[in-house]
Amino acid sequence: MHQFLEQLLIGIQLGSMYALIALGYTMVYGVLKLINFAHGDVYMVGAYAGLGASAVLGAWLPQHLHTTVPLPSPMGFVIVMLAAMFLCGLLGLVIEQAAYRPLRSRVWVTPAIFIGAAIGYIAYCMAIDANRTLWSARLIGLGAWLAVAWLLRTTQRRKTFAVSSRLTALITAIGVSLFLENFGDLPQVFSSQPQFYPTLLQMPASTGAVSMPTVIMLGVAVVLMTILSYIVTRTKIGKAIRAVSFDPDAAALMGINTDRVIAFTFALGSALAGAAGVMVTAFSGNGFNPYVGVQPGIKAFVAAVLGGIGNIPGAALGGLIMGVAETMVVAYGSLIHVPDTYRDAVAFLLLILILLLRPSGLLGKAAVEKV
Amino acid sequence: MVWSKVPLLLRRCAALGFVAAVLLVINRFVEAPDSNRYHENVIVFIGINIILAVALNIVNGFTGQFSLGHIGFFAVGAYVAAALGTYGHDRLFPWLPVDGSATSVGPAAFPIIFMMVASGLAAALIGLLVGLPSLRLRGDYLAIMTLGFAQIIQVVLLNLPVVDGATSFTGIERHGIFELTPHLTNFFWVYFVAAVVIWAAYGLRFSTHGLALMAVREDEIAAEAMGINTTKYKVIAFVVSAFFTGVAGALFGLYVSALTNDQFSFMQGINIVVMVVLGGLGSISGVTIAAVLLTGLPEMLRFTENYRLVILPLLLILLMLTRPQGIFGRDELSAGWFAKQFQAVRGWVRGGGSRLAGRRTR
Repeated sequence: MHQFLEQLLIGIQLGSMYALIALGYTMVYGVLKLINFAHGDVYMVGAYAGLGASAVLGAWLPQHLHTTVPLPSPMGFVIVMLAAMFLCGLLGLVIEQAAYRPLRSRVWVTPAIFIGAAIGYIAYCMAIDANRTLWSARLIGLGAWLAVAWLLRTTQRRKTFAVSSRLTALITAIGVSLFLENFGDLPQVFSSQPQFYPTLLQMPASTGAVSMPTVIMLGVAVVLMTILSYIVTRTKIGKAIRAVSFDPDAAALMGINTDRVIAFTFALGSALAGAAGVMVTAFSGNGFNPYVGVQPGIKAFVAAVLGGIGNIPGAALGGLIMGVAETMVVAYGSLIHVPDTYRDAVAFLLLILILLLRPSGLLGKAAVEKV
Repeated sequence: MVWSKVPLLLRRCAALGFVAAVLLVINRFVEAPDSNRYHENVIVFIGINIILAVALNIVNGFTGQFSLGHIGFFAVGAYVAAALGTYGHDRLFPWLPVDGSATSVGPAAFPIIFMMVASGLAAALIGLLVGLPSLRLRGDYLAIMTLGFAQIIQVVLLNLPVVDGATSFTGIERHGIFELTPHLTNFFWVYFVAAVVIWAAYGLRFSTHGLALMAVREDEIAAEAMGINTTKYKVIAFVVSAFFTGVAGALFGLYVSALTNDQFSFMQGINIVVMVVLGGLGSISGVTIAAVLLTGLPEMLRFTENYRLVILPLLLILLMLTRPQGIFGRDELSAGWFAKQFQAVRGWVRGGGSRLAGRRTR
């Protein structure tokens, strides 16, 4: 019984991490009806951002990482988390402005800046690798940037919105996801070498049965979800988010700036994913590479669907169910001859069963189609 | 004309025979012993991807049901064919050499046809099992359901010791010798199947069944009101598509030297979806061209080394921004399409090169 409770706690902790990522999926789906496939990669960038922040902090406070004095450590951990969340929020904002928003409107400046810069940078790197001189390489990069900007300007200006944009947005999201992974994989960016976190937090040896990282991750997740629930239910912008997910057109008619709400939603969801990215990679102690976000991304997406996509409490519930189910399979699957390699399959099996019983997720409302 | 007096079936057989003859001639060059193996490899994978894209297009393009799970059917087809080829050496095709150097043109074609049909049927059966419960879901829920099934298939295969799912399946050891999976796939079979699948897709699209599928895509409720059994047509589309995907899987399983689990990962499945959307949902010629481009382009960009993996997603994003309907939209490549493009270019030239100015004054 004691061991069971321990496994349950581990499952809840894993589930809370899934829930943090799933919240971003579900909020974005709520306001935009878009499955943001790049969300798992925001989690990955969060892990690297936290690593970078801890390196900067370590250089700044040399005693922080290498002494046994525990005093600066909790503060350092909080700073690293906040830095990663801020950077991820910024990334989410940039992704939305540069890749998704131009699909909905005729804006061309932001995508021209960011997509153009990415293509220009790649052109520059290729020119450098081809042994061109520095200045000719810079010229090539700038030329590629301007060419992309011109292309986007002409096409965006004469855009007609005849095509249903949902699939287009989905493919764009896949493109963003692949870009973040493969761009991170470049040797001059994050490189494909596995990275390891330094000890972020001086922790006392595990107290009793439950390890400290589990408690800390669970605690941070609860705090973050409380803050989120406060923002969504008690603030003006939260009310706007709920209004836009309920009916974007009506919300716009009521004077809500839907574009700003969508941008805020992206930043909020991405910050949560970044927090999960730092905590999972820092406390697991495993090395991570730019593809670390793929599997948690899919799992969290499944969790969001499980709870009813678009429904915020549903995402948290779905994440917890996924985490507990997975842990239970690993812990007790061998009793019924299920090897723990089936942990991924069980998560999806659960999803299929729940969708068969409740086609719009656990807490999702079945939409009645009116003609 | 005399040609039109010939019975339709005979005409079709003659056309198919002609295609086969042409492919056989090309096959002589592509599969010649001194031909470039790398080029042959790329050409075969292009063909397999064409089959996959055209098959997925039946579900995602014609019927408007969004499936992310076809990679699972592909995996089923590949493993069934490879297992049949390996374990069937003794009982089914004892004349096949065990070192994998089998030929499959001419009278020796029986094994590969048998394995393709068997794989296709296996995949179609799985497709039916997946499709029956899933197709009552809509939109994104259907997508995630099919994705879930594909993941389950992948994990189940991972845990099948019969096909070495956890490592890689190259063959089995029997009577003290290691027997390789026969490598029966060649240029001819891949492109012949691709031709048949494209032909079948065209036939389906312009038949009454195809119209029913497209009615489901445009408006499910209206289609139902017109007396179309939407569930039946959705399941039919799903099963037909799964069958073709399974056949493509068989060609893949009998081609690669080792089947590994990560060849059937989520990202590989996404690749096929990208082909379909990029080519234009519902456009057979569009997805065919997209399959060629998306398989060939990474190989052509190989000189850029690891940058190509960054360039391709960027191009994808740019293309979605500049041409959201895909390369062809819903049009097909035909004389009429060329005429339309010609008119558009002529209008653009006559308008002084600026469509924008013309639109503003209107």
